Formats: sequence, C-alpha cells, structure tokens
Amino acid sequence: MPMSHDEVYKKVQGVLVDALGVDAEEVTPKAKLREDLGAESIDFLDIVFRLEKAFTTDPAKPFKIPRGELFPDDLPTLMNDERYVKDGKITPEGLAELKKRMPYSDFTEFDKNPTMETASSLLTVETVVNYMQSKVGQ
Amino acid sequence: MRWLWIDKFVEFTSRTSATAVKNVSLAEEHLHDLYPDFPIMPHSLIIEGMAQTAGILVGEARNFSEKVILAKIGRATFHRLVRPGDTLYYFARISQLNEAGASIEGVVRAGADAASPLVAEIELMFSHIDKNLAGAAFPEHNFVFSDQFRDLLGNYRSGAQIPL
Repeated sequence: MPMSHDEVYKKVQGVLVDALGVDAEEVTPKAKLREDLGAESIDFLDIVFRLEKAFTTDPAKPFKIPRGELFPDDLPTLMNDERYVKDGKITPEGLAELKKRMPYSDFTEFDKNPTMETASSLLTVETVVNYMQSKVGQ
Repeated sequence: MRWLWIDKFVEFTSRTSATAVKNVSLAEEHLHDLYPDFPIMPHSLIIEGMAQTAGILVGEARNFSEKVILAKIGRATFHRLVRPGDTLYYFARISQLNEAGASIEGVVRAGADAASPLVAEIELMFSHIDKNLAGAAFPEHNFVFSDQFRDLLGNYRSGAQIPL
C-alpha cells in the first residue's frame, strides 16, 4: 500500500537517527547529510542498507535500492572530467549531468554558485525523502 | 600471539548465518589488562570476535573474492561481563548483502541456546573496499582472509577430527 509523505518522512528520520547517531530534532528537511548531520562516505552505504530494511514490508519481496540511484557513486570520476569541472567551477555540461544523476535534489541554491566544494550540499534529508516518496509514496 | 578471536564454527549457512564459539581461558593475557585481580574479557575483543565470525560469513558469500573490511559498528550493547571459563557463542546473521558490502545482526550468548545468558547485541557493517573507495589502489591479493581464517571454515566443513 502506498505510504503518505508523513509516514515516509518518519521512517527516513528514524533511519538517519540510527545510521548517523543524531537526535530526531536535528533531522529536518533542509539538513545536509554531510555538513549538518556529519555523514561520512561509509555512512551512505549504511543509510541505503537501513532504508532497504525499513521499507521492506514483505520479507519475500525485499525492497532494494539499485546502486548509485540514491547516492551517485561515480561523482569523483565524473568531476575529474574537464568537460564537467573547470577551475573548481562546475560547467553547464557538468551541471546538466549532475541534475540528471540527482533528480531528487533541490538545485535552487546550488545553481547560483555551482562549485565542487558546495556539491555535497545537494544531499539533504529532503533528497532522501523525495527518493523514497517516488518509490513507495502515494 | 595469533589474532584469532574465535575457536571454531559450529554452524555455517552460506549467505545467511554463522555461529562461532570462543572459549575464554584464564591463561589469556588480555583478560588481565583491564583490572588487576578481576580478569574480564574486554568488550572491544568481543566485538572483534563477532567481526571475525561475520567477516568470514560475508567473505564466503562471494567466495572470498572481495576484500571485506569492518566499516562500521552500528551498535554494541553489552549486558554482562565475560569471565574466565565462559564459553561465548557468536551468532551472526546477514541482514543486507549487495555488491558494495553487507550489514550484520549479531548476538553473543554465554551458551549455545536461545535461553543462554545474553552477553551482547552487536550490529556491524562491512565494506567491499575495492567497490567503495573509487580511485584508491589496494594490493591484488586478498590480504583480508589469511589461511588462518579460511582454515576455521575449512575445519568446520570437513568436520576435522584427527584420530589418535
């Protein structure tokens, strides 16, 4: 049965509290996974595992997140490509590629100054909720 | 000293679960390091025992082709002290497994059955490092699984008994 936005949000919040050892109050929609909640690279695999478990309702049909779909794992390779990044700035081609790979992120702020340093700000709690909503939401 | 914190497997179901046994002996040096005159097994080494049990389970799931490393201790809750003479049973179950790694739910008891005293509950996450650290180079050979670790599993599977 499809889940409401609130149900999805609560489950994602619980997953992030357990995976990152933060308080539920810190897990706000705009909170950035790295900068605000302290996520490190290995935590993203942990989050994926915990989401899969939390959103599995029938053990016979486990919910699976395809590799790279929620957290693109080839960004370092991508960002070494001169077509996409020049002098630390992300080129229009790079931006288009990022948007293609991260359709669940909000680019409004990032569009104003798309640099490598600020790229991790694209991964917020809302990104995860949007992704999950697209999979199991109403 | 050898860095082996389990003595043998007593159950092993590929890609699913494993149970290993550790007999705690007063002769082991580490028991005496925390408190003088009150030997206990350090919690960190109980976690290591679970990591070895679960690490072999995760490694075997892909026929030891991956370099499996302990990436994260999600939770470790301890319920009682472990003293000389205790026999620990490490029950490890794969919760999630994919090409990038695995997560494990582990329970440690001072006995073989579910009614035995609960020692610890431990959640671990393992990473297949070649799949997760893009650009980082590691040696070709699988340095994680030494012969000692593989022998533990081999002995269980062959039911190794040496007749006198």
